[in-house]
Amino acid sequence: MSDRPFTAAAFDQFLSEGKLMASRCTSCGAVHLPPRAICPTCFGETLTWIETTGRGALAAYTAIAIGPAAMQAAGYTRENPYVSGLVTLEEGPTISALILGVDARHPESIRIGQPLVAGYEPIGGRTVLAFRPVGT
Amino acid sequence: MPGTHRLARGVAVVGAGMSAFGAFAQKSSRDLFVEAFKELRVSIDKGLDPGVIESLFVGNFSSELFEHQGHTAPHLADAIGLTPRAATRVEDACASGGVALRQGVMAIASGLADVVLVGGAERMTRLPTAEVTDTLATAGDTLFETPAGFTFPGFYAAMATAYMHQYGMKPEHLMHVAIKNHNNGAVNPKAQFGQTIADWMQGRIESARKKGKPVPAWGDVMDFLHDEAANPSIAWPLRLFDCSPITDGAACLLLVAAERAGEFTDHPLHLIGSGQASDAPLHDRASLTGLRAAQAAAHEAYGMAGVGPADVRIAEVHDCFTIAEVIATEDLGFFAPGTGFGMAEDGVTARDGAKPINTSGGLKSKGHPVGASGVAQGVEVWKQLRGEAGARQVPGDVSLALTHNVGGTGNTAVVHIFERRN
Repeated sequence: MSDRPFTAAAFDQFLSEGKLMASRCTSCGAVHLPPRAICPTCFGETLTWIETTGRGALAAYTAIAIGPAAMQAAGYTRENPYVSGLVTLEEGPTISALILGVDARHPESIRIGQPLVAGYEPIGGRTVLAFRPVGT
Repeated sequence: MPGTHRLARGVAVVGAGMSAFGAFAQKSSRDLFVEAFKELRVSIDKGLDPGVIESLFVGNFSSELFEHQGHTAPHLADAIGLTPRAATRVEDACASGGVALRQGVMAIASGLADVVLVGGAERMTRLPTAEVTDTLATAGDTLFETPAGFTFPGFYAAMATAYMHQYGMKPEHLMHVAIKNHNNGAVNPKAQFGQTIADWMQGRIESARKKGKPVPAWGDVMDFLHDEAANPSIAWPLRLFDCSPITDGAACLLLVAAERAGEFTDHPLHLIGSGQASDAPLHDRASLTGLRAAQAAAHEAYGMAGVGPADVRIAEVHDCFTIAEVIATEDLGFFAPGTGFGMAEDGVTARDGAKPINTSGGLKSKGHPVGASGVAQGVEVWKQLRGEAGARQVPGDVSLALTHNVGGTGNTAVVHIFERRN
C-alpha cells in the first residue's frame, strides 16, 4: 500500500522503480490505468494504489517512421522506426506504451491480441513504459 | 445529458468566406483572416456594414507555438476594425473552429447578440515540420500518451489497425479515400493541393523525364500510392497520402438571429442543429473503431434539428487522416459500423454518389489550418447549399448539410446541421 498522491509524477516514480501501478476505487472497485484521483465510474474520491501483473495483450499499434523530438533523439528514424501501441492488461484497463521486441520494419507481422509483458525503458532522461512479447 | 435541448431562437448563416489555403511565408494568421473576411463581405447578398457586427468568436489552436503570438482574438478583431467589440478565442485543438461556431450559435440563441462573426485562423508553416508535429502532439495527453512515442498520425494509425483487425479493411481502402478527396480538391480553387493524385503522379513522371532521371514505372494511381518512394510510410499503415497537410489559412461565417436574416440575404442557411462532446484519451475508451464524442455530438445535433442521418444530403467531415473519414461516416450514422471503409472505392461518397462526403476536398486536399478547419467546413456547406460551388457543385436538390469537426483523437467533437429553406 502506498500513500503517494494519484498523480502522473507518482506513476512515473513507480515506473522508475519497476512497478506498473494502477488506482482502484474503494467505492465501486473500478481499476484505472493511468491512475486517477477521482473515479470516472462513480465519482468516488477514495482510491488505493494496486500493483498490476504487467501482463496484457496488444489492442492496437502503429510503426512510427517520423517520431517526436524525444524519440528522434533516442535514435529512432525513418530507417529505424519504432512501435507505439495500446495494451489491455489482465486487470482490465488499457494503457499507451512503447512496444519493443517486435519487428517495427515489418509491422504487418505484429498481431493484435499478442500477449505482452510490461518493462521499463529509459527514453529522453526518464523511464517510460515499454511492453515486450512474453518470453523475449 | 445533452440531446433534448432546442435553440431558444433561430440562428441563420448569411455570409461566408475563406482565404486561400496553402503555405504562405509572407502571411500571418491576421493577414489570412483579413483575406477571409473580405470574401465574406462580398458573399453577403444585400451587402454588409461591418459596424453591425456585435462580437467575434475565433477558433485558433496554438498561435503561441506556431507564431509566438498569444491573445489572438482581439488582434484579429482589430485587423478588421471590429474593436471595441467583444472578441473571444476558442481552443479545442483541431475542433477549435467548430466550437467557435457553436459559441456563436449560443450567443445568438441566448439573445446576447443578433449579429456575430465566427472565424478560425491558423498559420502553421512558419515552423519546421518536426516542431509542427510536436506542437500538434500537445493536443494529445502529454502525461500518458506522449511518453509512449505517439504522434497524431500514430494515434489514427493505431485506430486503423484496430479497425482493420475488427472489420477486415485493407490499407488500399484508405487510398481510395485520398483519391476521392483529391478529386474534389482538384476543383476547389482554394485548395492547398488542388490536383488529383493521377495529376500528381503525372507531374512526377514529367519532372523525372525533364531532368533526364529514370522515369518511374507506375501503371496507375494505386501503383503510385503503393510505392514507398512516392508515398512513404508515416505511421504504418498510414502513408503520406493518408495524412492532411500542414497549412496556413483562415475562414469566417456571419451568423445572425434568424428573424433578421432578411436584412442580409433572401437565401440564408438555417443552423438547425448543434452538438458537442468530449472524451478521454484513446487508452481509456471502450472502442477504438469509433469516436464516442462524435457519436454523442451527432446525437445531440440530430435531436435538436429533428432530422436523421438519411436526411443529410452532403457532409464535410474531419478527415485529418483517411481512416478518420471512414470512422466519421459511421459515427454520424451514414453507414453501419464496419461498412464505411468501402464507400470511397464504391463511389458512394463521391460528388455524384448517394452520400457525397468532403466535396471541398476535405482536410486532406483542401488543407488543414487546424483552428480554421471547422469554420471552413461551414464555408463549403454555404456554397453547396446555395448552388455556388461551381465545378464541384453536387447535382440535384441540396438542402440539408452536416459538418463534423474533431479535436485531438476525438477528445472533442462538434457537429452542426445546416438547412436551406428557399
